[in-house]
Amino acid sequence: MRALRQPGLWLITGILGLWGLVILFLDDPTLRETSFTLLMFVALASSLNILLGYTGYVSFGHIVFFGLGGYLGFYLVAVQGCSLYLAALAGGLACSLLAVLIGLAVLRLRGAYFALATIGVNEAARAFVSNFTPFGGATGLSLDYSVYDLYGGSLKALWLSFILVWLISLAVVVTSYLVKQSRFGLGLMAIREDEDAAMTMGVKAPLAKTLAYALSALFPGIIGTIFFFKNGNVEPHDAFKLHMSIETLVMIMLGGQGTVLGPVLGGVAYERLRGYLLVSPLFKSLHLALSGLALLLIILFVPAGVVGWLRRRFPKLRGVLE
Amino acid sequence: MILEVREVTKRFGGLQALTEVTFDLAAGEILGLIGPNGAGKTTLFNVLNGVFPPDRGRVIFRGEDITGLPPYEVARRGIARAYQVVRPLNDLTVRENVMVGACFGRERLPLSQAARVAEEVLAQVRLDHKAHHLASSLNVAEKKRLELARALGAQPYLLLLDEVLAGLNPVEINAMLETIRQIRERGITIFMIEHVMQAVMNVSDRVLVLDYGQLIAQGLPHEVVNNPQVIEAYLGDPKMTQRLLEG
Amino acid sequence: MWQQVVNSLTDGFLLGFVYGLAAMGLSLIWGVMQVINLAHGVIITSGMLATYLMFLHLGINPYLGMLLVAALGLGLGLVIYAAAVHRVISAPHLSSLLATFAVNMIILGIFNAVFGGDQNNVDYSLGSLSLGFLNITVSRLLAALGAVLFCVFLYLFLYFTRTGKAIRAVSNNREAAELMGIPSAQVLALSFGLGSLLAAVAGALIATIFPFTIFSGGPFELKSFVICVLGGLGNPLGALIGGLALGLLEGLIPIWMPTSWVPVVEFGLFVTVLVVRPSGLLGAK
Repeated sequence: MRALRQPGLWLITGILGLWGLVILFLDDPTLRETSFTLLMFVALASSLNILLGYTGYVSFGHIVFFGLGGYLGFYLVAVQGCSLYLAALAGGLACSLLAVLIGLAVLRLRGAYFALATIGVNEAARAFVSNFTPFGGATGLSLDYSVYDLYGGSLKALWLSFILVWLISLAVVVTSYLVKQSRFGLGLMAIREDEDAAMTMGVKAPLAKTLAYALSALFPGIIGTIFFFKNGNVEPHDAFKLHMSIETLVMIMLGGQGTVLGPVLGGVAYERLRGYLLVSPLFKSLHLALSGLALLLIILFVPAGVVGWLRRRFPKLRGVLE
Repeated sequence: MILEVREVTKRFGGLQALTEVTFDLAAGEILGLIGPNGAGKTTLFNVLNGVFPPDRGRVIFRGEDITGLPPYEVARRGIARAYQVVRPLNDLTVRENVMVGACFGRERLPLSQAARVAEEVLAQVRLDHKAHHLASSLNVAEKKRLELARALGAQPYLLLLDEVLAGLNPVEINAMLETIRQIRERGITIFMIEHVMQAVMNVSDRVLVLDYGQLIAQGLPHEVVNNPQVIEAYLGDPKMTQRLLEG
Repeated sequence: MWQQVVNSLTDGFLLGFVYGLAAMGLSLIWGVMQVINLAHGVIITSGMLATYLMFLHLGINPYLGMLLVAALGLGLGLVIYAAAVHRVISAPHLSSLLATFAVNMIILGIFNAVFGGDQNNVDYSLGSLSLGFLNITVSRLLAALGAVLFCVFLYLFLYFTRTGKAIRAVSNNREAAELMGIPSAQVLALSFGLGSLLAAVAGALIATIFPFTIFSGGPFELKSFVICVLGGLGNPLGALIGGLALGLLEGLIPIWMPTSWVPVVEFGLFVTVLVVRPSGLLGAK
């Protein structure tokens, strides 16, 4: 396969793969937790990038899939006693299906209208789940800690969660890369640049957009399940945080939308910055303001993000900085 | 007949844009479409390639009724279009632009073959030296050639050209006309809207004239030019008449 | 029972005027420059905070202080426009969305750092009015009147002053307006300031009715989106009517359903209208 011969793919998977192995080797819980969060955001950002960076459809409420998938998966594990793996998969697939259904309505909208609609969908989902008794209503669901014993105890469960998120992030990045290099991806990018012209050239835009949306919803659904499994409980407030949705957006913009490496770099950089700010006594209360400032500066001055800027500045590096 | 257009009618609110337009297009022909501004030429193109359906009438392409099909279905059947106001895919390279045409056009080629087609086509329009530049970096004339290249990349049976000569200087016009002739020699039928009179008269086998949405004349170039109805249509537009008489 | 309904509807109706005012601010900015101001919520909060602080520390009557809040809102809008929006006004919509969102984050972050998340209350109760079975709080009535006043002001400004006409011209066709000598950059800045003014005043009015936190602007921003979509983005009259409609709806729903279902209905309606008639029930600009 042509894609396998590209250095860009090996660079990214190599880094991510090595990272996970190093964490596993070092066996340090703090590093593991930090890495869990980082890899989770890398995966979330890369998934959204398929819709936003490749197809050009800006979803502000993408976190809805993290929330809904997480709720469904958590429900299956906590209430129905399903295995985590099946539950996560179910969460992901349900989200893809949901994306297809929601997409039937919202993908007909463009630009700002689409963005608003996604916010509306997220808010509606949160409000609905808060009233939905099987999912625990406003108080949410909790996991009985005995469930962790099925996975070798609480400690093993934490490590398992990490490994799963690590593998998922690898999967997302590889998927993202394959999409970008495929004919499907070319069609998506044509849609991003000029949807009407793309259709004139034969790109079946409605179908392509729906597939992109479904694909971008799959992994957040899976990750949501794993996150809330590890968390031990799930509440509407935590599952549908609009703020988290926007943060993933910032990561993509920071790193470079439409590239594979961008969301990865952006995710890591943003989370590290946030972590640092939260710990530092000086900046702790200002982390929101500083994140906002970072986003504003990027939008105003470097809209292509770090990777995007590098690719323009050094065209020769394009093969590596995918 | 590669294209049969029957009684195509289109109305926008109070404006009757097209009224019962009927004509045939033979395979391998170069058919010119002229008419004063606002005559409905681009509207006709929009109906042909599926941007919107006609209110009445039919479009039959290679024996198949394609009336009302969406643009991507029309493209798949072998009709490609170069827009009047160019629409490059800005953040993609020139080569990638043409590859989109090749991948999603008539032949639906996989990426590797599409790349080869793109290279050939770019050589044909003399843009091969810019293959790896971003489309946004081209100048106007180059963007027009890219627009043409993209349409050619789809390897269509029928090429719809909407004012490809607009904004070009005489040297560029001649080069483009030569390219158009070469395209026809490869067996592609061409239907072109043009305002640059001497050019369209020079290169077309036949010419259609549209005025206020109605087909008022069709025939050989010199016949059409001397048609009193055509001259009258343009008399309302003195600049056009001048060009018409000069051509 | 029906007395309860009428009371509930009246409360909602009166609040609807304030909703409408807030939504008009958002709608104006969209109408003039096709920017969806995601800092809308935080500007509303600024209005709330300003009223509260002025009342608490300077003893200024919240209703008279409204003029000051209006001036502050205008100033804030001008600053936001100059700092964040101006550069990206002609860029794709995503840029202005993210830019205003970034401003939202910055201001919210500063508020959070300085004021914290506690609840604040403008303790200026004027009691309530009784009209038969109708029980209306005076503050709600005054808020509605205040909103109407500012709506009238906006109308007079847009239709009877030169600047207002310039704004309408730019909103209609920016290039043509420029060709006619209208300084579009300044007009855009002013329009943003105006939209911001309306939002801030709406916040001030809300503060006289409800206690608030620095995060309270958010839900009102979301309501403004719903209203604008209902009434048509860019249609100020539609925003007002949409606001009244939403207010009535909010008064109506709790009679049959638990209050927690209100957001579900609101956002369900939002998405439905967006999809079925994106131009809004009354038609957008």
